[in-house]
Amino acid sequence: MSEPMLSFENVHTFYGKIEALKGVSLTVNRGEIVTLIGANGAGKTTLLMTLCGSPRAASGTIRFEGEDITQRETHLIMQGGIAVSPEGRRVFPGLSVLENLQMGGFFSDAERIEEDLERVFTLFPRLRERSAQRAGTMSGGEQQMLAIGRALMSRPRLLLLDEPSLGLAPLIIAQIFQIVQEIRDEGVTVFLVEQNAHRALALADRGYVIENGRIVMSDTGSALLANADIRKAYLGG
Amino acid sequence: MKSLKTACMAALLTAVLTLPLLGAHLVVNGLSTTLVVNLWPVGIAVLLVFVAQLLDLKARLGAITQALPTVSLSSASFSRHIRLWLAVVLVAALIFPFVASRGAVDVATYALTYVMLGLGLNIVVGFAGLLDLGYVAFYAVGAYSYALLSQYFGLSFWVCLPIGGLFAATFGILLGFPVLRLRGDYLAIVTLGFGEIIRLVLNNWDSLTHGPDGINGIARPTVFGLELNRRASPGGTTLHEFFGIPFDSLYAVIALYLIALLLVILTLFIINRLVRMPVGRAWEALREDEIACRSLGLNPTLIKLSAFALGACFAGLAGAFYASRLGTITPESFTFIESAVVLAIVVLGGMGSQIGVILAALLLTVLPELARSFSEYRMLIFGLVMVLMMIWRPQGLMPATRPRLELPTAEEAHQ
Repeated sequence: MSEPMLSFENVHTFYGKIEALKGVSLTVNRGEIVTLIGANGAGKTTLLMTLCGSPRAASGTIRFEGEDITQRETHLIMQGGIAVSPEGRRVFPGLSVLENLQMGGFFSDAERIEEDLERVFTLFPRLRERSAQRAGTMSGGEQQMLAIGRALMSRPRLLLLDEPSLGLAPLIIAQIFQIVQEIRDEGVTVFLVEQNAHRALALADRGYVIENGRIVMSDTGSALLANADIRKAYLGG
Repeated sequence: MKSLKTACMAALLTAVLTLPLLGAHLVVNGLSTTLVVNLWPVGIAVLLVFVAQLLDLKARLGAITQALPTVSLSSASFSRHIRLWLAVVLVAALIFPFVASRGAVDVATYALTYVMLGLGLNIVVGFAGLLDLGYVAFYAVGAYSYALLSQYFGLSFWVCLPIGGLFAATFGILLGFPVLRLRGDYLAIVTLGFGEIIRLVLNNWDSLTHGPDGINGIARPTVFGLELNRRASPGGTTLHEFFGIPFDSLYAVIALYLIALLLVILTLFIINRLVRMPVGRAWEALREDEIACRSLGLNPTLIKLSAFALGACFAGLAGAFYASRLGTITPESFTFIESAVVLAIVVLGGMGSQIGVILAALLLTVLPELARSFSEYRMLIFGLVMVLMMIWRPQGLMPATRPRLELPTAEEAHQ
């Protein structure tokens, strides 16, 4: 049994006095797509942000590829093989698409940036068409593609996606989830935080359900999709 | 009807404001002082405001300024001709001191100092989006670095120039470390305080800086080792002796102008290179979204610090030049108003736009010089111009368009 790529062991996180994560444990194995589903305010984004070191976990251990990264500084965590497409996409609105992607490859040399650009443009042909356009003028779906593309520019081994379907049309969501699968097939492990439980569970190998800062259930994606409680709580009956 | 009401209100307000300013004068006659009331100017001002409001002049003028063509720097024809334009401007700038009057060259040198300051602050405020109200502190550090090093150790201008820049950058880092976790207004207030602290230290550290008397007799720059003074210092040679021509103080003025021009070109060159490099893009990215920057593994403190230090460095260079040009500096040369003027240059030019900043710097330094004859109203006009600009063209004279890298389109790529 090989060691998991990412593991949370009994992690607690506070915002001031409010305990947002109440002892979370989970694992992500290399090559998996793992999803975390839950309602608004359940602690999904907090969990992801704690992984990135902002806010920092009050107790517990977060390991990535065997190393304890719980106390590591955010920018060092993000340089070490993890990349995130943050909640609300957060592309640089005044910079062009190409410049956004180049920011993603900030620590690469020119040659590697060229290769990675080609890879991102192959995944998202739309971004190639729009490369000179200001990111802020693009549609939500295109911005989401850009946010994922930008995250891929650092050649992450683990890609974190925070609600990539937020506010997008069903057709675009389908397209993006298709691409997430392609990214996994290229060998990138994906940790997907979603409110859109149906699509996320259909795509994921395994899933965790978070409620009030606690993991309440975990199983394979298809098992969760078939679970009566989950269907009732998250899938609309 | 509504406009009539507004016009009446505006006229009343004008009357209240102008009555003490324009209506009343204190006339000193020997020992007695009398108050003379003259209501004519007040009446004219009230009438002007009333008519302007009634006709809604603001909106009309606004429409006119909106219709003014905006110069798009990214347009193809402009970028094609940009090298040509640059060459023309450069040649004109080089010929200028040899044909213009002595006074004009002097004013131009003064303006070029502000171009440097504007370009430096543009890095901090325009690119990195950090509001710095104490920029003059770094200008002062540069000026005093040169003045003191030259006075105590006899170091030459060209040795002190980089030292002044480095000193200022060091101060930028010293200030930056504790304060760069602050944002917006808070940062502005701390930098404002820092600017005052530097000035007060210079004012009170008598033993080193001679306090309010300042430092006099600061050596002028040399040109290829040749001095610009009438008489050579021991062991030195002057320019006019070297070429065997009679002394003319105009040579020094021209030489200083050319040095200032050189410094501005150097500043532009360095900044342009940096903006195209990842660090320059990181400044802009940080201004747009700090959280996204952190998510990409960038260290925001380090990036802000680099912008702060670099901006300070150029202020230091400008300061060293300023000290050598005037030959005398006092702490009073580095008051808050200097910071405000440089900030006004950056905002007026269009944040982040280098051509805009250069234009604004020339405008804000040359125009007041031209308006010397009615110098009492200079600050009034200055304020008026700022207010009008912010109403009608808040984006600045020439809003920034960033250098863009273009990829070939898909069809081109497949050919």
